Amino acid sequence: MHKETFQLNFGPQHPAAHGVLRLILEMNGEIVERIDPHIGLLHRGTEKLIEDKTYLQALPYFDRLDYVSPMCQEHAFALAVEKLLGIEVPIRAQFIRVLFAELTRIMNHLLNVTTFAMDVGALTPFLWGFEYREIILGFCERVSGARLHSAYFRPGGVHQDMPEGLLDDILDFIKGFTFKIDEMDGLVRENRIFKQRTVDIGIVSSEEAIEWGFTGPMLRASGVAWDLRKSQPYDAYDKVEFDIPVANTGDCYARYLVRVAEMYESIKIIKQCLSLMPKGAVMVDNHKIAPPKRQDLQTSMEAMIHHFKLYTEGYRVPAGETYTAVEAPKGEFGVYLVSDGTNKPYRCKIRSAGFAFLQAMDMCSKGHMLSDISAILGSMDIVLGEVDR
Amino acid sequence: MQDFLSDLKSHFEDKLDIHDIQFIKALGEYTLIVPLERLIDVMGSLKHSVKFLQLTDITAVDYPNRSKRFEVVYHVLNMHRNVRVRVKISVADTISVPSMCRIYKAANWYEREVFDMFGIVFDQHPNLERILTDYTFDAYPMRKDFPTEGRFEVHYDEDKRCIVYDPVNLPQARRHFDFMQNKWYDPTYESSTDGDPHA
Repeated sequence: MHKETFQLNFGPQHPAAHGVLRLILEMNGEIVERIDPHIGLLHRGTEKLIEDKTYLQALPYFDRLDYVSPMCQEHAFALAVEKLLGIEVPIRAQFIRVLFAELTRIMNHLLNVTTFAMDVGALTPFLWGFEYREIILGFCERVSGARLHSAYFRPGGVHQDMPEGLLDDILDFIKGFTFKIDEMDGLVRENRIFKQRTVDIGIVSSEEAIEWGFTGPMLRASGVAWDLRKSQPYDAYDKVEFDIPVANTGDCYARYLVRVAEMYESIKIIKQCLSLMPKGAVMVDNHKIAPPKRQDLQTSMEAMIHHFKLYTEGYRVPAGETYTAVEAPKGEFGVYLVSDGTNKPYRCKIRSAGFAFLQAMDMCSKGHMLSDISAILGSMDIVLGEVDR
Repeated sequence: MQDFLSDLKSHFEDKLDIHDIQFIKALGEYTLIVPLERLIDVMGSLKHSVKFLQLTDITAVDYPNRSKRFEVVYHVLNMHRNVRVRVKISVADTISVPSMCRIYKAANWYEREVFDMFGIVFDQHPNLERILTDYTFDAYPMRKDFPTEGRFEVHYDEDKRCIVYDPVNLPQARRHFDFMQNKWYDPTYESSTDGDPHA
């Protein structure tokens, strides 16, 4: 029998595939009939590895999942462990976490919005956006010692207090940053080519978005005002004021608009964090969980023992289970943590936002042209490190 | 929100006449432990009557010492009441689980992942294939009896000019420090649960 369609292999080595994604496209001419995403090319067995590590050793794996927004994922794991331990984080640490979670959100959206624009043909926003991204990465390096794999949010607080002068530098940067987003947005928002490539492309209705497990900007672009920072606030999010940007059309352009609007909201939150942040401790005052200060190790035998025990054996977490989710830049990032009362997690399931988006790829792009696939993929904000885990 | 669980309880017991569900509230989270044969009814009712419209996640936990080895865990979210519920079932490794794909479209890949990682079979799943592991992979890596370092390692062989799979050969054996055997640290600790938090 004569077959009308043919198969096209998109990726795993394709610049618009945002990593190692392989799409098998069933094409009828230039129309996409069916998409079969093949994922798992970046599967590293994170969940299995975590079962073999103490709680503190498991934390850095979360940086390596969605490697463009590392701190938000540490946040989810830290909150889950804190919930099982039943500890309350000091208020200063909460604000530092919110501050850096929002900086991470800006960092993530800068990358996504600009590479999305690049996927549909605009190179300049990418070059501009990465300059600002680099500045934020500099802040991450100053606070944790590492640009990307920061391992900064720890169960019980944050690893160290911020260095002198960092708050002022963040404030300086943020003051001028609104203008820089305006400038970058001005290149894209009303751009005729960008709109032709994204408006009415990959439309997802609000019912479909909920049904397919969409979260984050993907859900809000479809008109559902759902944000875990508002509905289930964690850390200091209930102490800051911000709005949830929502768009109604549910197409690729709406997702762009939501992400850009979210950056402005993040700036608002960061400004409030900077003014509201109190002085004080950044880690719980419990040496069965938080390691003692470095200088104490020189003088106190007790501190020495605690330090040794915490970094070899770790702490034991009471038996129980929790599903704790945060609003990561890409959507809901959840950790289902089962503890059996030992020093290692019994099971740690990571719920990533991108997994759900990619699953709906077939639904979103059926009937579109081949060139729309890269626009849809770009607007989904997929990072394969998070999808494959 | 306090009486949410009793609402749910009366919904299932009075309206649907399902009496063998266990309702648990722990750490502010709601858990329903459901018998396997009731799963479809409970999930369908949760979605269509109680409006838990979004399926957040499906996963499984392996307890090798139990007679029903696996726990399959479903997380559903109700955005209107802002509440999550966890539904759990226990299955032996020879028993298959009904697929949720007809109730929640998003269940498709989550069930494929559970099948890939644990080998739990889902009945009437439209496309139950491996999803995350390698194309030729043949094991269930998230089971507790699968070694973390794996069984085979892959590399490119210069002589044969192709990719080859060899048994894992570590230059140094992995070291396991079993702190839990340390009776000095905590004399009240009993290892009789064998790592099973619910035993």
